[in-house]
Amino acid sequence: MRKWGFVVGGLLVALLLAGVVSNFASPHPDGLDSSLREGCTVDVDGEITGGRCPAQQEQEHEIGGPLADYGIAGLDNEFLSTGLSGVLGVLLTFALAGGVFWLLRRPRTGPAPTPAGPRDAAPSDTSVPAPAGSHEADRPDAPAPSQG
Amino acid sequence: METLAMHISNGIINGPVAALFAVIALAAMAYCVRRGRQDLDDRLAPMAGLVAAFIFAVQMLNFPIFTAGVSGHLLGGALAAMLVGPWVGALCIAVVLVVQALVFGDGGVAMLGLSITNMAVIAVAVGYLLIALLLRVLPRTPTGLAVTAFVAALVSVVVGAMGFVLQYWLGGTADLGGNLAGLAGTMAVFHLFIGVGEGLITAATVVTVAKVRPDLVYALRALKPAAPATVVTVGGVR
Repeated sequence: MRKWGFVVGGLLVALLLAGVVSNFASPHPDGLDSSLREGCTVDVDGEITGGRCPAQQEQEHEIGGPLADYGIAGLDNEFLSTGLSGVLGVLLTFALAGGVFWLLRRPRTGPAPTPAGPRDAAPSDTSVPAPAGSHEADRPDAPAPSQG
Repeated sequence: METLAMHISNGIINGPVAALFAVIALAAMAYCVRRGRQDLDDRLAPMAGLVAAFIFAVQMLNFPIFTAGVSGHLLGGALAAMLVGPWVGALCIAVVLVVQALVFGDGGVAMLGLSITNMAVIAVAVGYLLIALLLRVLPRTPTGLAVTAFVAALVSVVVGAMGFVLQYWLGGTADLGGNLAGLAGTMAVFHLFIGVGEGLITAATVVTVAKVRPDLVYALRALKPAAPATVVTVGGVR
């Protein structure tokens, strides 16, 4: 199916970006961090050395964890550490988002291919209240299969 | 240890305001689930998973902006809104932010509501409203699509940054000595430049997807150029 071809291709691009290109990212603090450091002096390592700025109020992260700050704890090779953490992040994000969206999706209106029968009342696979299924007619642009 | 924080760290905004925005973000995401379900079908669900994964990847790619010491990275609100729609798009950004906070130590967990409000709610909403407006007045050409994506992305970043300034005004932990305008100005200037990068990445990505699989671009499906009143997702435009 073409749908999956595109998704697989897109995932490969994302894996390449997070796994390899991420090592060439700028190491400087981003716009938000930089704004919060206004008023402080910073040394070459990015540590605050003096002055007064909002960033001084920063506290420790609650969790940290083995992948904290986009690296693998204990892996000394920085290139591998950043790249592998990026690859894991892409796969995890895809699995989580894709899984949640797959569970949330509308039941097929056409002939259902599932062995469970054409439809079992309301989808009860999530804890989210379903919108009563009354909105399906709202969409004038019901997706038509584009492939021949 | 080098810190590579990209989102709001713990301690920057006080607890009560962080909790207030956690409630706001939760309510907004619940509403997005409700509305997004109508969009999510067998085609959109895997695409939305890909969009979330792609945004996670590109958010790692900090690019330098005008001054040597400052970088920026994609936020992805307008990109997600354009590719998978505002409701599912907001959920994509929220998933990315949750993964970053819980697994990568990026952005305090207690600060998640603030970040989700800025990047998944405000940026996506602003981005999609602009997309809906511009796609109707601009020609449906690669150039029209690129301009739409660029402008929507740039503005969404700047407005999202102002969301943080509002939050800092409500609950910032450092005494700015009444100089909130200074913070607002710095944030605006930095994010104007970051917005240019965001606009370029968003335009390049959307035009590429539209070239390969135009049927996978939500905004092109949902926003019919010459059929007003059939679009249920956008209020206030025309």
